[in-house]
Amino acid sequence: MSTRRIETNYLARVEGEGAMRVRLRGDEVEEVELRIFEPPRFFEALLRGRALGEAPDITARICGICPVAYQTSACQAMEDALGIEVEGPLRALRRLIYCGEWVESHCLHLYMLHAPDFLGYESGIAMARDHREVVERGLRAKKAGNRLIEVVGGRAVHPVNVRVGGFYKAPERRDLEALREELERCRSEALETVRWTAGLDFPDLERDYELVALCSEVEDEYPIDRGRIVSSKGIDVAPAGFDATFEERQVPHSTALHARVRERGAYLCGPLARFELNRERLTPLAAEAAAEAGIGQGCRNPFRSIVVRAVEVLYAFDEALRLIDAYEPPDAPAVEWEPRAAVGHGVSEAPRGLLYHRYEIDAGGEIVSARIVPPTSQNQGSIEEDLREFVAAHTSLPDAELRDRCEQTIRNYDPCISCSTHFLDLTVERR
Amino acid sequence: MRRLFVGIGNPLRGDDAAGLLAARALRGRAPRGVEVLELEGEPLGLIEAWEGADLVLLADAVCSGGAPGEVHRVEAGEGPLPASLAGSSTHALGLAEAVELARALERLPPRLVVFGIEAAGFETGAEPAPAVRAAAERVAETVAAELAPR
Repeated sequence: MSTRRIETNYLARVEGEGAMRVRLRGDEVEEVELRIFEPPRFFEALLRGRALGEAPDITARICGICPVAYQTSACQAMEDALGIEVEGPLRALRRLIYCGEWVESHCLHLYMLHAPDFLGYESGIAMARDHREVVERGLRAKKAGNRLIEVVGGRAVHPVNVRVGGFYKAPERRDLEALREELERCRSEALETVRWTAGLDFPDLERDYELVALCSEVEDEYPIDRGRIVSSKGIDVAPAGFDATFEERQVPHSTALHARVRERGAYLCGPLARFELNRERLTPLAAEAAAEAGIGQGCRNPFRSIVVRAVEVLYAFDEALRLIDAYEPPDAPAVEWEPRAAVGHGVSEAPRGLLYHRYEIDAGGEIVSARIVPPTSQNQGSIEEDLREFVAAHTSLPDAELRDRCEQTIRNYDPCISCSTHFLDLTVERR
Repeated sequence: MRRLFVGIGNPLRGDDAAGLLAARALRGRAPRGVEVLELEGEPLGLIEAWEGADLVLLADAVCSGGAPGEVHRVEAGEGPLPASLAGSSTHALGLAEAVELARALERLPPRLVVFGIEAAGFETGAEPAPAVRAAAERVAETVAAELAPR
């Protein structure tokens, strides 16, 4: 029986460096590997011995696309350790800046990286020539997202205004009011985009994932900045329960650790999981758009994640406007704290899914140990299973087309390979 | 008339700082009314930066196999940047993509001149090579001379 190899040695339109290998014997899929060869980055090790207040800014450097997610999870883990609560307008600002990040990250992926797959272009640039209006709309939305991050965070990439306990300086009402007009325009355009994505042509693939996402403790609130970790198969734990629920393993073909539900297997986090577990919590506008786009009753086709991202962009604009309407500047820009020896856990919904941080700090406020579990590493198992199922159902496709479809299967995840890169933590302890 | 010089690069990756060095060298001697910007090179940020500019001169490190410090000059309005000068960014989108995206969206400035400074070493934390520093200096001189009032 003949052996076919479908390989892409350097994945395009993903963030970071990775490759894919699928091996078939006849119609049997023998091996599927998403290979991540981006060099390891050792962030967890370099955090040791640093002051706890440095964690948000150091970990933000893991990613230029989702720094707010890192800052938020890091702050919350530290606040958990310190026993302080960040509520009211400070929490609203945290959610607001996060809306900006969802918009800019989702829009980059949706318009420039993912849409070309459905329309048969090799790049967002080639697509821009024929779909100028659509791309312009995407750029406007992304810019509005950046602007939101800038106003709350001080600058658009790696914001400088976020700190453990809140912010260095809280924006004035008028600073946020000034964004309203553009956000309203982008909200209307986001609705257009949901409709536009709904009209794309989607390959068939329905997966029975274990979906994992946050669920906000605030009634009727779609999860962004915090919540309990829940799943479609019954998980319901506080962030501190992450370790008892999930485990990470090293695999030879990847510098990123693979995560799984203990004693169960791969799971899915990210937009599709968030949407499936929380769609009743969308705003009426976003919920209606989802229904109109044909996913109101649910969506288990990973190729349709582009529609879900479009719905989340619409939601993020809607939510940002709601937060701005309700905003009253806080009395102080941050909650004060005193260091103490403790362990803290923080988790938030990065654009690509759950981002978990855990820190142990000593009485002087130094970090003793750090652990960071980014969404792409959690999704690697599901990416490989998607590939396996997709290939098994489409073995008759010629190699070139099969390869393109496999790449598209990976891009469904908007994988951020730079974020996910870890390395087996090898330490020698001498006592 | 808005005239702009953009130096692109990463200050922490050896020769990749070439464009930034050119911008810094130009700052003290840029003719009046010429804006000087230092950017990381993210395409959408670039396109925004040159919005409304009539003339944009831009310097970035390139890897096309030439000797470090060699300077290539390309008029972006004349057609796509040569493949040899297209970026080698790990994040997929670089200067060449920014130029082509802007072209597709009809957002290229009326005139865009790209100076590609040949670079070789990109090690984290390394100093730029002397040949690359010298090239950045030369680019700044050229730009100052060309933009000087006549």
